[in-house]
Amino acid sequence: MAAGARFSNPTELVDAALAGDRLALARILTAVENRTPVAEAALRRLYPMAGKAHLVGITGPPGSGKSTLVAAMIGAVRAAGRPVAVVAVDPSSPITGGALLGDRVRMQAYTSDRDVFIRSMAARGHAGGLAPTSMAAAAVLDAVGFDLILVETVGTGQSEVEVAAAADTTVVLEAPEMGDEVQAIKAGLLEVADIVVVNKGDRPGAARTASQLRAMLVAVGRVGVRSTGHARPAPGAAGGAARPRPKEPEVMVTTATTGAGVPELLEALDRHRARGRDAGDSPARLARAEAQVWAILADRLRADLHEPANRAATDATMREVAAHRLDPFSAADRLLAELR
Amino acid sequence: MPDRPLKVLIAKPGLDGHDRGAKVLARGLRDEGFEVVYTGLRQTPEMVVTAALQEDVDVVGLSILSGAHMTLVPKVTAKLKEAGMDDVLVVVGGIIPDDDVTALKKAGVAETFGPGTTIAEVAEFLRANARQHA
Repeated sequence: MAAGARFSNPTELVDAALAGDRLALARILTAVENRTPVAEAALRRLYPMAGKAHLVGITGPPGSGKSTLVAAMIGAVRAAGRPVAVVAVDPSSPITGGALLGDRVRMQAYTSDRDVFIRSMAARGHAGGLAPTSMAAAAVLDAVGFDLILVETVGTGQSEVEVAAAADTTVVLEAPEMGDEVQAIKAGLLEVADIVVVNKGDRPGAARTASQLRAMLVAVGRVGVRSTGHARPAPGAAGGAARPRPKEPEVMVTTATTGAGVPELLEALDRHRARGRDAGDSPARLARAEAQVWAILADRLRADLHEPANRAATDATMREVAAHRLDPFSAADRLLAELR
Repeated sequence: MPDRPLKVLIAKPGLDGHDRGAKVLARGLRDEGFEVVYTGLRQTPEMVVTAALQEDVDVVGLSILSGAHMTLVPKVTAKLKEAGMDDVLVVVGGIIPDDDVTALKKAGVAETFGPGTTIAEVAEFLRANARQHA
């Protein structure tokens, strides 16, 4: 049985998950990852119940300590008695499609606590640092009552900024001595940070790295220099006249292995969350909504074009483009026209 | 390959620290196109089952070199069943005496893999026997 012997249909599965059944929750997440009809049925019901949780993106280079920091954050959050869910994304092999999901190794201590739910996801060919279904998974966890959801991205380079569009608060990790001030003023990952964390605070150079980052990231906003940032303007920004402004991230130092600085990080997250609430319509939430709807639209379009009635024409058009007899724009026009 | 990768948990319950085999297998299965959740050393049966449940894996692979398989493995299979995950394929890797293999299979283990098993053989077995969750 697709949904497991105990759940004979999506309604039962969702009822059980909402009643606190963790296996039902896990099975819904699998359906979401695999984009099955069960997922669609579940999300139609669960999405309206979501939207209450604080979604925190944790991103940064491989080895900067994301998983270890998440583990330390779980500890601190549980000490305060709050439930917490983690979505941890690791890359899929571009060659075999396989993946090694190793983030749980650092999160051992909390695996038997039912108010901690950790789910690993393979990126499955998606390149922005998340899996294509990470946001839908977060919505499910949100709907069943997890009030704090930590989304850990794959180890990122300079520009995998997708998580910033998806999360309410984006935490970017840096390790000490990862680069000089010029690295700090390049466009990309650091620009989307709401909070910059210099982890491995027990290493030499952590304090200096933090002060360099503070100088380069915070001063920009304060002296009123405008960025040509690529972030979208906030919805409702007056006539597009206001150019998007860079964020002024708080810069903090943590030592995830000992937990030092982690309570302060949680306080900073709560402050950022409160500011977002006051701000009303959050651009992050609109971006998250858009990303999900566009992905579904693209899926539906692809599915329609692969319908038996259209398949031959679609394949023939692709082959014409491959042979350079047709340009890709005309191909898209033709395929869209066929669907009308 | 199925169009969705099979999801496999590789866990090392018990106290022995020899995780090279588990890591090699985890990596090998990755290369065979599986999504492998690796949880590392010194897992209790409870931790293995919680990870299997939260990750909703299709397969649980236990690597045990300590000789404690007769204690640990039946606990894992019993707890999986208790958790409603009796549709998960359980396999064991390590040095398992023949007499114990029979007992483990009775306890719900689908297969055991001893020294000299190739990754391709394991992959083949999992593909043939695992029942994929939706």
